[in-house]
Amino acid sequence: MYVAVKGGETAIAEAHRLLADRRRGPRDLPSLTLAQIAGQLALAVDRVMAEASLYDPTLAALAVKQARGDMIEAIFLLRAYRTTLPRLAISQPLETAAMQIERRVSATYKDLPGGQLLGPTFDYTHRLLDPALAEAGDEAADVAAATRRPSSGERVMRVSDILDGEGLVEGDGHFGADHVAGDITREPLEFPMPRDTRLQVLARGDEGFLLSLAYSTQRGYARTHPFVGEIRIGLVEVEIDLPELGFAVSLGRLRITECQMVNQFKGSAKEPPQFTRGYGLVFGQSERKAMAMSLVDRALRAGEFGEDIVAPAQDQEFVLSHADNVQATGFVEHLKLPHYVDFQAELDLVRRMRADYEAKRADEASDEDAITSEAAQ
Amino acid sequence: MSAIEGIARTNYAYLDEQTKRMIRRAILKAIAIPGYQVPFASREMPMPYGWGTGGVQVTAAIIGPQDRLKVIDQGADDTTNAVSIRAFFEKVAQVTVTTHTREATIIQTRHRIPEAPLGEGQVLVYQVPIPEPLRFLEPRETETRMMHALEEYGLMHVKLYEDIARNGHIATTYAYPVQVAGRYVMDPSPIPKFDNPKMDRSPALQLFGAGREKRIYAVPPFTEVKSLDFEDHPFTIQHFDKPCALCGSTHSYLDEVVLDDRGGRMFVCSDTDFCEERREAGHVGELGVPA
Amino acid sequence: MPKTAKATYYGAFADAVLDAQAAFRGLMDAMARPGRIHRFAELASPPAPLSPAQGTIALTLFDQDTPVHLTPALAASAVASWLSFQTGAPLTADRLQGRFALVEKGVAFPALSGFALGTQDYPDRSTTLIVELEALAGGPERCIAGPGIDGEATMAPIGLPEAFPALWAENGAQFPRGVDLILTAGDACLCLPRTTRLLG
Repeated sequence: MYVAVKGGETAIAEAHRLLADRRRGPRDLPSLTLAQIAGQLALAVDRVMAEASLYDPTLAALAVKQARGDMIEAIFLLRAYRTTLPRLAISQPLETAAMQIERRVSATYKDLPGGQLLGPTFDYTHRLLDPALAEAGDEAADVAAATRRPSSGERVMRVSDILDGEGLVEGDGHFGADHVAGDITREPLEFPMPRDTRLQVLARGDEGFLLSLAYSTQRGYARTHPFVGEIRIGLVEVEIDLPELGFAVSLGRLRITECQMVNQFKGSAKEPPQFTRGYGLVFGQSERKAMAMSLVDRALRAGEFGEDIVAPAQDQEFVLSHADNVQATGFVEHLKLPHYVDFQAELDLVRRMRADYEAKRADEASDEDAITSEAAQ
Repeated sequence: MSAIEGIARTNYAYLDEQTKRMIRRAILKAIAIPGYQVPFASREMPMPYGWGTGGVQVTAAIIGPQDRLKVIDQGADDTTNAVSIRAFFEKVAQVTVTTHTREATIIQTRHRIPEAPLGEGQVLVYQVPIPEPLRFLEPRETETRMMHALEEYGLMHVKLYEDIARNGHIATTYAYPVQVAGRYVMDPSPIPKFDNPKMDRSPALQLFGAGREKRIYAVPPFTEVKSLDFEDHPFTIQHFDKPCALCGSTHSYLDEVVLDDRGGRMFVCSDTDFCEERREAGHVGELGVPA
Repeated sequence: MPKTAKATYYGAFADAVLDAQAAFRGLMDAMARPGRIHRFAELASPPAPLSPAQGTIALTLFDQDTPVHLTPALAASAVASWLSFQTGAPLTADRLQGRFALVEKGVAFPALSGFALGTQDYPDRSTTLIVELEALAGGPERCIAGPGIDGEATMAPIGLPEAFPALWAENGAQFPRGVDLILTAGDACLCLPRTTRLLG
């Protein structure tokens, strides 16, 4: 006698119990605090905030902890929370020229107003595992506190503004006065997509996907002749306009990474020879993502500059429809859900086609036998 | 930790009211333009994309405390994802759940249409992975949208006819495309083509939600749903050589179950509620026992 | 002013979440079964001349994302501020911008072709008109057919203009473009999606 498998409910509950156990890990070790995660795994927290499009280090740290360190799972958790929040207001555009700078580098000018500032970068570290970090206990004593240099007061000009002064770089990109910035979390994507919403998709796009696409443009799949005009990391004010008050009020500050890529452009029928721009802006400190984003942004502007669309990184629908890792992981992983109904349908079809095929072969074989025996006679 | 304290509260049926209104407006337009995919601003849900987020959002936008909800996956009420979605609505919408097709006011489904005929008061909500029936012929949204606008479905017929030329019959066994009310070609979701005829002139309202792809579409009650075919190759459905081993049904869709490592197989109804009802009514298959 | 203010702040659903759900379910069933009259159980109480059914539909479907077109009389009445306060919907004088349009009882039936009909590739971007009539039953019987209707059905609203069959046929001829109609009277509604055909 056969009894159909039942008990999905129990299986799920037990799986959740086991997951909780594995997440907690060895009980003789203290549980991680959110402050520890936000403070010591800050770049993981930054990535979660960036790709979840929600700036909240504490909740992002909670997501990292709950996801056992799985970044995409953590991003998903924070996104699912974000979606329950009302959109209360639309902020003024961030004024990144007024950023309180922590890091600022330009690859196009040796020195420039505001200077080069390395900041907290891995760039010139030697990638040697540090045994000192492996030791348990309090390193507080060993790691010197950061010191703050008094601000020189010099305005940290954006490199694009320097080039703009000479008229050698395209404008900052203006929509008409009546253009309302889109919101990809509130409206379905529609192609062709204007640059504001494209940038939104890229800003929450998967770091790895954008990195590989950006890399492909450097290897000849839509070469864009890029230079890092500037990367800057630091704190900017978020302001909203209150019509009742007649002025903007500050909601607080965000740490962001901005990258302005400057690309050589020979000119087209409509545009003079000049530098063009690719733009990247990401929550937190994430230079890799901001740079990749700016390369992909520039590649996606091919149509605007009359360039041939020949490579994946230039293809709007391809790039923008596949950049979201929460969507991607869901759909790839859904293949593990039961598909036995469809598989049954395919099984039946393949069996019938196979039977037809075998029958045909048998026919042909017997025909051949007949011919061979005729020939023998 | 004020941020942490604020995260436990969610609205009735999970979605905020603005999101529900947006989905509700999309549903009304979907009903008014049968088979047309209405773009909607799909939200992240607390389950992964590809696992029924479209269906869940549609259900969340229509469900109320008076409803009786049934959730099936592959025809069964007890598959893990169906269990999980049912539990979600029990928790967030305080709704009565049922496994009985006849009792349900809303049935959310993945990959099947129940065997029992649906009635006028019922809403069938399909989970849809790829809503665009032309997607595998033309990956670009800009192109497929134009094809729907111009009612240019030649490519689809060519594809089906190529199957016939190559194999002697159409090699699509599930997600078999249909034309709704003589206009839009529609993806019926990955149901086996066995279920396609049940969509035609069904007294129930059929709603389709594709969360990742951000589309909602609908088939109103009593609306013609025609599976694409050719005069010389009319549409046919699968048939099974054996009856259900548990209830003896000869007119339901069957799952193949592997019994041992020596090639032993049995076939049982994929619709668990249908099979149970039959057994309760005294039908017994060759491997079943009387209920 | 105080009098206006009072009308503005009252008349919402007793239970914003569940009443909207119930109203939508009724409306959805009505849209799925054209010609069938649905009576709302829990009603909004908007200021005149908006009917309770119209107010209920407004609270159920309107918000910041849905520009609403009002007739001149409605725009000049307390209805305008009531809608703004209760739903947040921007009011628009441009018929083509209106996702919804409200028409009160007793005025000329609107020219349907003046509203947004959607486009061939986005036919959903069309106006839904919510028109108050004398009554939804008791008038001349008209046969209707189309999706949502098992064969044929009849409807008999009072207050449709004589030219309605021609107007409606013209709307239907644009399919998939076209407006959708929600006819209301008092506490009830009846839907005519663009697919519904008048058989004369």
